[in-house]
Amino acid sequence: MPYIPHTPEEVREMLESVGVSSVEELFADIPQTLRPASFDLPPGMTEMAVRGRLEALAAKNRIDFVSFLGAGFYDHYVPAAVDALVMRGEFYTAYTPYQAEASQGTLQATFEYQTAVCRLFGMDVANASVYDGGTAIYEALMMAVRHTKRRKALICETVSPIYRAMLATFTEKLGLTLTTVPHARGLTDFTAFADALDSQCAAVVVASPNFFGSIQDYTALFAKAKSLGALSIASAYPVMQSVLATPRSMGADICVAEGQSLGLPLSFGGPYLGIMTCTKELVRQMPGRIVGRTADGNGRTGYVLTLQAREQHIRRQKATSNICSNQALCALRVLIHLCLLGDEGLRRQALHSMEKAHYAAQRLSALPGVRLLNDAPFANEFTILLPGTALESCTNLMRWQYVPGFPLTRYYPELDNALVVCCTEKHRLADIDTLADMIGALQ
Amino acid sequence: MRTIFEKSRAGREGVWQEKPGAAAADFIPAGLLREHDAHLPSLSELDVVRHFTKLSRLNFGVDANFYPLGSCTMKYNPKFTEVVAGLDGFARLHPLAPQLCVAAKWCQGSLEVIYETERLLCEITGMDAFTLHPMAGAHGELTGALIIAAYHADRGNKKTKIICPDSAHGTNPASAAIAGFEVVTVASKDGIVDPDALAAVLDESVAGVMLTCPNTLGLFERHLPKIVEMIHDAGALLYYDGANLNAILGKMRPGDAGFDVMHVNLHKTFATPHGGGGPGSGPVGVSQALAPYLPISRVVKDEEGLYYLDYDYPKSIGYVAPLYGNFAVILKAYAYILRLGREGLIRVSEQAVLAANYLRTRLETCLDIPYNRICMHEFVASAEKSAQATGVRAIDLAKALLDRGHHAPTVYFPLIVKEAVMIEPTETESKDTLDGFVEDLRKIAAQAEHAPDEVKAAPRTTSVGRLDETKAARDMVLTADMTPAR
Amino acid sequence: MIPGDLKYTKSHEWAKIEGDTAVVGITDFAQHQLGDITFVDLPAVGANVTEGKELGSIESVKAASDLYSPVTGEVVAVNGDLEATPELINQEPYGRGWLIKVKITSAPANLLSAGEYEAVAASDH
Repeated sequence: MPYIPHTPEEVREMLESVGVSSVEELFADIPQTLRPASFDLPPGMTEMAVRGRLEALAAKNRIDFVSFLGAGFYDHYVPAAVDALVMRGEFYTAYTPYQAEASQGTLQATFEYQTAVCRLFGMDVANASVYDGGTAIYEALMMAVRHTKRRKALICETVSPIYRAMLATFTEKLGLTLTTVPHARGLTDFTAFADALDSQCAAVVVASPNFFGSIQDYTALFAKAKSLGALSIASAYPVMQSVLATPRSMGADICVAEGQSLGLPLSFGGPYLGIMTCTKELVRQMPGRIVGRTADGNGRTGYVLTLQAREQHIRRQKATSNICSNQALCALRVLIHLCLLGDEGLRRQALHSMEKAHYAAQRLSALPGVRLLNDAPFANEFTILLPGTALESCTNLMRWQYVPGFPLTRYYPELDNALVVCCTEKHRLADIDTLADMIGALQ
Repeated sequence: MRTIFEKSRAGREGVWQEKPGAAAADFIPAGLLREHDAHLPSLSELDVVRHFTKLSRLNFGVDANFYPLGSCTMKYNPKFTEVVAGLDGFARLHPLAPQLCVAAKWCQGSLEVIYETERLLCEITGMDAFTLHPMAGAHGELTGALIIAAYHADRGNKKTKIICPDSAHGTNPASAAIAGFEVVTVASKDGIVDPDALAAVLDESVAGVMLTCPNTLGLFERHLPKIVEMIHDAGALLYYDGANLNAILGKMRPGDAGFDVMHVNLHKTFATPHGGGGPGSGPVGVSQALAPYLPISRVVKDEEGLYYLDYDYPKSIGYVAPLYGNFAVILKAYAYILRLGREGLIRVSEQAVLAANYLRTRLETCLDIPYNRICMHEFVASAEKSAQATGVRAIDLAKALLDRGHHAPTVYFPLIVKEAVMIEPTETESKDTLDGFVEDLRKIAAQAEHAPDEVKAAPRTTSVGRLDETKAARDMVLTADMTPAR
Repeated sequence: MIPGDLKYTKSHEWAKIEGDTAVVGITDFAQHQLGDITFVDLPAVGANVTEGKELGSIESVKAASDLYSPVTGEVVAVNGDLEATPELINQEPYGRGWLIKVKITSAPANLLSAGEYEAVAASDH
């Protein structure tokens, strides 16, 4: 049997040692009435056969199309050394570092990850990560609710609709009042925010760049929130953070992000990485695992999981969160990726992406009937309005193996002619020209 | 070892992209530009590779060490599953692709993986439908609790409580609380849930009861049929925490036994790697009655055998994940299930339970085992007696095991046993490894009696000795840029 | 070993009542159970506390507990030393490890005497 090493002789020896005559005796506590009604699974397969089956399935996926899909998940280049290092068995077959002396690799790496993301986002404290960017927004909101002891929050409609849907599900039973502040042509409407903000608000939540790709200055909004005792939460795009002003510099208290763009494969939805960073005043509200530096009895520096008193295994129903695992291996990938690229590498990745995106925006908005949703600054992602519906344009272009972007129909039904277009350093100018020609030909 | 930041040298970094022609200021107004560098480390590729290679050597891992961690099921992680997860066709597919009408045709491979994994998990657990969206066990518990809440709300029931046994894992009550429930604890008797104690707290305000079976002591819940009946009669739902599923594959299916909703841990039972603390995956299975509340989207198959995403479930609890779950983790579990097949999975439980009982009977002379009867895939010992006699506690035994190259068992859980040591060998460890572990524990137990200070001084062969957790909490140095708080 | 001149709660807090002011802290039993204390979350001066209701929380490396007020009234002082040196609570739970001082606004109804508290602590062990 695969992965089960016991020989019949060894099984006999073990049964004898236990004092039973058959393995079935060990299951005597399970009455016949509880035995399975069926267990119709296929017979086991050899490794060769399973690989063949899965290779055939992988081949049924088409990845050879030219895609301008982003909308929160980005195809940036990842150096080969990232894979090589995380594939070391000492990293990926390790357990959660509860026995710190046997886990200094994982613990120090997590400490370094916390440091790296704090530097990237200009914040003081980070946790060891949560599941993904959407969970991170939810957990940030709960930090604000606990810290301010208030139960209202304002969420900008320009925050990813996918994440806002998650937020609604997670907070459904918590008796909170979440108000979505409508966007104005893909931008945060500061007047609407100011009208809705009051001293009952625990937090304001925005994204920068936002789901449409637009970038705005939130300094005044964050200052107003602060003056009313509310926290400011911003969701950011890590690669672009290398060139864009940090939410911290605008006055944010908590900055979260989806870490996928920093070295994680797209992989059809996961695993991803929820990055959470905050100011040091909020550290005790931070959920999840956190690694801290300390020393052993001989003065040697070491790292441990700390501030665990907040966590579920101690506080149970009063925990800051129910979260148990983090995405340790994904956080390690992100750390290694950041260390390989450095400031300059990340900046170049961002700039190449931006150059290509701006070229694309120029070419596309020059087409008759096509215009940009707004004229706000953008980095590597922008939204265009098409003459026909976005879904139609997609369907048409997909016949030629081009995906022009993400149609907003499902999440912003009133914008059914809008497409979010993203470029990374991997795109070729020739492909962008082809895209423009194809969209032009649609009229 | 120095941190990677201390190894940084200005200008040393590798070149990954050519110098761009443009500058950020060409596209972004000055006020929105980053003012100060992040100061990520500047290192050559070799610097990075060396640093992380050396760091990895400071870790234990299943690949090198026995991990008898109760409740974690640290079984061997098959290497071929990593290869499969890395196939371009799977790794490079953008998750939003199937949401673009006709592009579902381009994602048939991945959609089939999801559909088939759900189907296989249904057959393994006896549930009627599954969602693979939850990204960890605790996330699955929360999803399950939200489904329970939605079910009752849909019927106009005003049920506000969830019952958890005192032996439950902390994520159970924590998750129930987020779903808006008040948590009530029920006491165990002889290590298992006591129907009389349950009857005392089971009233019409109870929405659900969360159970683990076998429970966290490794004992089968002998009163299960009665408990199931009581709970359903009270109009409540039954939740199965699948953390211990490794004990009952092919021997019992939670769905058949009457559970209404459950989660599985792919990173436990289905051999996906723990990764040092994640990523995991916690799929949730439900009975037919609860299927309408599952999160969206769901993968369905049309008459022509084409898979696509369906969002049309008006009673769904909504989105618990951004997309379809931790796909690469799901893929590895799928590959594992295919590899083992029907007979293989049955043998997993048989051998896991045999190995646990083998260790139990060989260790009962040197360890105190409170519920010393036939256990399932794990058992709990207590170091309370040795703690009283010589001051050698569970934590000391754990650290002494590290010196012998074994990762410690789970300690101080479940909370209902003092100085708990929970041992789960799994089915992938050879008899030689088990015998070696027994030998080492016996030596440590003997040492605990005759030279307790030696045991209390462990570990001595790891890169650091016991770390000062109080100092960590009080200093609060959580990044390389923080100075100690005091 | 339990100071006879103090009053106690079932949740292991003590109150030293002098006129209309109460000094509040946690008992030696409680600090021992918690282990090395790392942090205390206390209300601000001017806040109101109610007998039997949560007034804050206390954390150690391995545990966290809610603190319940033995009296009802207004907080008039908070022990500022605890931020830098929470271990004072472990060292002198009845002395320099005091938590808050409260101006009592309504007479406490449920306080235990030293003897009654001793019984509580014995059974909780």
